[in-house]
Amino acid sequence: MADEKDKLKVVGTRVIRTDAFDKVTGRTRYSADVNAVGQLFGSVLHSEYPHAEILEIDTSEVERLEGVRAVVTREDIPGAKYFGGVIPNQTVFAVDKVRYYGDGISAVAADTPELAEAAKLLIKVKYKPLPVLSDAREGLRADAPKVFPEGNLCKHHKVRKGNVEKGFAEADLIIEREYSTQRIEHSYLEPEAVVAELSEDGGIKIIGSIQNLFSARRAVASVLNLPLNKVRLIQAPLGGSFGGKDEAVTVLFCRAALLAIKCGRPIKLVNSREDSFRESYKRHPYFMRYKAGVKSDGTFTAMEIDITADAGAYASMSPFVTWRSVVQATGPYRVPNVKTDVRAVYTNNNYTGAMRGFGSPQVNFAVESFIDEIAEELGINPLELRLKNAFVDGDITATGQKLNHKVSLGEALKTIAERSDFVSKWETSRKSSSRDVRKGIGISCSYRGVSLGAEGTDAASVLVSIQSDGSVIVETGLVDMGQGAATAISIIVAEGLGIDIEKIHFLNADTSRVPDSGPTVASRTTIMAGNAAKNACEILNERIKRVVSGEKDLGFEEKVAICFREGISLYAVGHYKSPKTTWDEENGYGDAYFTFVYGANISEVEVDMRTGKAKVDKFYAIHDVGRVVSLSGAEGQVYGGVAMGMGYALLEDFHQTDGIPDFKNFDEYLLTTAADIPKMEVEFLQNPDKAGPYGAKSLGEPSTEIVAPAIANAVYNATGKRIRNLPLTLERVLIGRELVRPSKRGSEIARGEK
Amino acid sequence: MKIKFILNGKKTVVDVPGGMRLIDLLREKLNLTGTREGCGKGECGACTVLLDGKPVNSCLILAAQVDGRDILTIEGLQKGDSLDPVQRAYIDTAAVQCGFCTSGFILATKSLLNENPDPLDEEIKRGIAGNLCRCTGYAKIFDAVKTAAEYIKEEN
Ligand code: FES
Ligand code: FES
Repeated sequence: MADEKDKLKVVGTRVIRTDAFDKVTGRTRYSADVNAVGQLFGSVLHSEYPHAEILEIDTSEVERLEGVRAVVTREDIPGAKYFGGVIPNQTVFAVDKVRYYGDGISAVAADTPELAEAAKLLIKVKYKPLPVLSDAREGLRADAPKVFPEGNLCKHHKVRKGNVEKGFAEADLIIEREYSTQRIEHSYLEPEAVVAELSEDGGIKIIGSIQNLFSARRAVASVLNLPLNKVRLIQAPLGGSFGGKDEAVTVLFCRAALLAIKCGRPIKLVNSREDSFRESYKRHPYFMRYKAGVKSDGTFTAMEIDITADAGAYASMSPFVTWRSVVQATGPYRVPNVKTDVRAVYTNNNYTGAMRGFGSPQVNFAVESFIDEIAEELGINPLELRLKNAFVDGDITATGQKLNHKVSLGEALKTIAERSDFVSKWETSRKSSSRDVRKGIGISCSYRGVSLGAEGTDAASVLVSIQSDGSVIVETGLVDMGQGAATAISIIVAEGLGIDIEKIHFLNADTSRVPDSGPTVASRTTIMAGNAAKNACEILNERIKRVVSGEKDLGFEEKVAICFREGISLYAVGHYKSPKTTWDEENGYGDAYFTFVYGANISEVEVDMRTGKAKVDKFYAIHDVGRVVSLSGAEGQVYGGVAMGMGYALLEDFHQTDGIPDFKNFDEYLLTTAADIPKMEVEFLQNPDKAGPYGAKSLGEPSTEIVAPAIANAVYNATGKRIRNLPLTLERVLIGRELVRPSKRGSEIARGEK
Repeated sequence: MKIKFILNGKKTVVDVPGGMRLIDLLREKLNLTGTREGCGKGECGACTVLLDGKPVNSCLILAAQVDGRDILTIEGLQKGDSLDPVQRAYIDTAAVQCGFCTSGFILATKSLLNENPDPLDEEIKRGIAGNLCRCTGYAKIFDAVKTAAEYIKEEN
């Protein structure tokens, strides 16, 4: 495939994003910019308690208000009262009780947003508060408050390989550690928004900031009791999602639709940031126990892992998120004997679901910190211990899967270590005893299963329609959430048809016009939609060739014109179904994913020993993506992933006290800002994979999943303090108390605002 | 109340209710939806507009406060068909991902370069630290600011 690279004209180059012009001119219309004629404004009343029975809802006073056009509650749901892609137990409006502080009780439609906001407060709700379960680790005790009558266990996954008892018996050293990670908020910059409108056929049309159109459509259809073909969902450009605009937006779709049906007018429902923080799902907090057996030369003999994940109030994607964790928990290392258990447990916290990484950032933080701790115990350099155990071609994973592709982990580790001069910096920093500022360097690596794996059916379609003038329309059910999918797919079509990317127009997804392509998750878009797009191009090229063969030197437009004259259809549906994967849930093994990607990160930090403040100085990232599709897009993914990972490592913690979030907005919940950004060096390895279009695999999630452990390991290298809980609140460790955060952002201070 | 101001170079007179925020005047009344609302609290900078050339959060300002003053929004940057050099720089350096923060960053950049045509790296960081971006990791935004500075010099 090395030669293929030279032949590629568009793939791997720097192209201008297809949507860049609209975005720099402000012309892009996000959901909140959409208006329907005659629209009313909706507002949702949330629960006052994280856990309570609902005794009575009295809406009579609101209904009498002038300017209020509809009030809806559980009574107004014609179909299913619960929805959910895996375990349907989430409510649109609370039915008999509330399970978290963000549960919706009712919604109001009024002439103005202000009136809707004010009116909902006149709804009278009588609650009977119930004991709150706020710690997932207590959820499985017999006396724990029950979130659901069946109990609090949402899902238990396991992996079993070999015999861990035997493995531990063979070990020279047994080491056990506990790690934990926190709940974090996606913090896409665009809050959720939808506009719902009745359509002439007795159906409903909703435009919104939705990530997974087809699962949302199933939910809306079952709640409204409509057939799928009467529920038309259209994706507006997304102002970020990172996995977050799934159920959190689906629930708004349902509520807006119920209001629209009740009053017969279009409904616009826009979340404030406060609504978004309160209601939306988060990344799972994990509590992890790791135990390993190692020989004194560093060979692993066994690993036993026990993990509890806080699923919050509803199932959402927890069963799938925790499955990825169970598969990848041992990291990219040869371990002959493995026993891993992951349990997702319901609590009365915000429900948790898909977020960039999808169950990997948590286990990667644990296992990559753990490897460094083992290295320390053995007196081996952490790079060396990794290289000794890292997967190579043909190795068998913890789930018994043989790696049948190019395993570039060793290459990634060696390249990045060399570029950063890791070993010598690591040795020097260890010896520092400065009481002021110390430097440190840390390394991490991972392997990651591409796409959904054995979680579910994995297939996608792409429509490519060549117009009579040679311009091209591309449509698919997988969406651009801002990550650049539109550009990546357009590049593959341009390459496939041999035309300029400017000729391609990519349309946002519309459930009534494109086939169900499954969810836009798991960094699967490039590989799945890319393959489908390539397939569509092949079909079209074949048709064109049949008509114009012999007439050699024709340009694309002339060929297209001939086809149109001959009555040949230049509209094709490309389809791709992923190679087979298997999973034995009962016995905990299988060929979990059809291929994997590999990557490594190195972080350099500076720790102020007087204040405990850690600053990332320099960051190196290397990822094998199979093939880079859009070079600028790929770099952007990594920079963004690193910044997000830095927030996870050092800043972000969506803490809840007895189920009630401590944060309402960005003044309290801090994200990485421009001022925090270190120098970043990004490199891509390209080992084309036979499963990917032109060899391309995935990148969106790998870029963020090993940032935190690289930083934690660097902090240890600098200070000799091992912090096993995220975020790394160093001040607690170094100075015995937490520093108070500045009440003003750095920017405001910089601007001299008081 | 009636207010008169210059909006994107044009004299504008509108009637606004007393408590209306500038962002709502722009988005809801004047249909200039390129100004985005990310937090409503002065924290994210997505709603940045230039008030007499200085960046302000339009979610924190009342419409009444702009009476007699000059407002520039993202829609006012383009001159006919040609983009402002800052807009071009954001495209050329691939500093745009989801784009929700982009209007605010472009206006913050515009004002930064007006005041300081040759900013150092640290000055760039400080100049845009009031704007949040969750997608890009800011790296390409730094490139965009530097490239914009060059484009502006080339034009003059
Ligand atoms: S919306 Fe104004 S600063 Fe965020
Ligand atoms: S590009 Fe998405 S927030 Fe900046």
